Amino acid sequence: MEKAVKGALIAAGAAFIFIMLILPLATVIVYAFRQGLETFWQAVSEPYTLKALQLTLLTTVIALIVNTVFGIAASWAITRYHFKGRGLLTTLIDIPFSISPVIAGLTFILVFGRIGWAYPFLQAHDIKIVFAVPGIVLATIFVTFPFVSREMIPLMQSRGTDEEEAAALMGASWFTIYRKITFPHIKWSLLYGIILCTARAMGEFGAVSVVSGHLRGKTNTLPLHVEILFNEFHLTQAFAVSGILVVIAVIVLIVRNIVEYKLEKGDER
Amino acid sequence: MGRVKAKGIIPGFGISMGITVSMLSLIVLIPLISVFLNMRGMTFAEFWHVITDKQLVSAYKISLGCSALAASINAVFGVLLAWILTRYQFPGRRLLDGFIELPFALPTAVAGIALTTLYSDKGWVGSLFARAGIKISYTPAGITIAMIFIGIPFVVRSVQPVLEKIDPKCEEAAAMLGAGKSRTFFKVILPEIFPAALTGFGLAFARSIGEYGSVVFIAGNIPYKTQIAPVLIVSKLEQFNYAAATSIALIMILFAFILLFGLNLIQARIVARSGGGE
Repeated sequence: MEKAVKGALIAAGAAFIFIMLILPLATVIVYAFRQGLETFWQAVSEPYTLKALQLTLLTTVIALIVNTVFGIAASWAITRYHFKGRGLLTTLIDIPFSISPVIAGLTFILVFGRIGWAYPFLQAHDIKIVFAVPGIVLATIFVTFPFVSREMIPLMQSRGTDEEEAAALMGASWFTIYRKITFPHIKWSLLYGIILCTARAMGEFGAVSVVSGHLRGKTNTLPLHVEILFNEFHLTQAFAVSGILVVIAVIVLIVRNIVEYKLEKGDER
Repeated sequence: MGRVKAKGIIPGFGISMGITVSMLSLIVLIPLISVFLNMRGMTFAEFWHVITDKQLVSAYKISLGCSALAASINAVFGVLLAWILTRYQFPGRRLLDGFIELPFALPTAVAGIALTTLYSDKGWVGSLFARAGIKISYTPAGITIAMIFIGIPFVVRSVQPVLEKIDPKCEEAAAMLGAGKSRTFFKVILPEIFPAALTGFGLAFARSIGEYGSVVFIAGNIPYKTQIAPVLIVSKLEQFNYAAATSIALIMILFAFILLFGLNLIQARIVARSGGGE
């Protein structure tokens, strides 16, 4: 009886994963190659695709650097000191998680767009943000903002501050403490946060779509390029370009599992 | 920020706090406040007129209805998946576990076009249903499926750590007192994992309401039928109707905050019950 229940539960769970997760992934791969390798290669190596890939990589790298700096500073400030408003600060950092990406894009239009309060200044200095690359970068940073800090805060909180305090008493500088004491404990969480941030930054669609203006070869990221191809009924091409993003997604999944394994091992120590 | 006082002797408070607060303000808070500033020119009556527009009300209903349904389905299957992944050993378990994160890793637009194709009349799954006369893509059913896709990791990853931590002694005690397996599950295990499942439900719910990329393709943007709130914001923006776009955004932000607040309350109760987390 118990065995039957176990088997039924596993079957139900596996069926769910198969239909909801594996089939969509398989769809991308099969459709990408359904007209042969050559068509796939043509779609992937087309100039507009390469331009979009370039912009996606640029955006991702900038978002990654900004969010890692922020993540390290924020996790340190929140877990290493007691101050009023710590809870509020943590909640504020999480805001981008609970806000629709479309609204994230909208906020930047309301600041930098034609009706925005910063528009006269930008106009006077001939700076373009909305419907240009800076807007795309800003929107991407916004939606991925909490990713790195959020992975580190719980871990640093549970470790406490004793070791850092001891080091500080002995006169170690901030940088030395971080490098020698804090970093070795959190490096896998940091890496995991960076991976999640990369995945989201490369794939961000809603926020970027609102601020991009969809100029082919100029403000088109890979996901936006996929959208254009799909809406123009170039199914095979759309899925071929998606293939690039799927490869990146699979790498992210593999690294994530390695990191999780390392974290588990760290816990048992 | 008021007066912020650091207790303790660890160096670096000024610089880490400075970076945190200034970056947070520049990237998140100031743009967000602009949404509210933008409302200044509007009287309440105008605002009310915009947000009670018929098309808009139907978009809220579709957004909320599909999200709630998707989050409920995810709560059930999320608990089931967390259960089999933590309690059973079977071939392919690690692979299954690895796949749970796919919706986080796969770009939403890619997921969107894949689901639309898969569930369209000619797709692998859609064609099976089409034979029975059921359409999935471009109907609320399709929207719900896309929302299930993006929401499932939230529930599984909330429940999994709690299930791992439950003391086997409780289950053994229940078994010795004569409770059957299902009774043990509903009376001993379910109360333990319920707060975590609720958190996961809330996160999946919030994410579904705001989701754009994976839903927009399969929804098809038919007014009163498959038009969801985020898509409506985008179409108002395309018509340069900033006031309407901002008003819808404001309603969605308010809802997100209420949800976030509720989640934090639950979390605080979990911490209090387990005797303090720190």
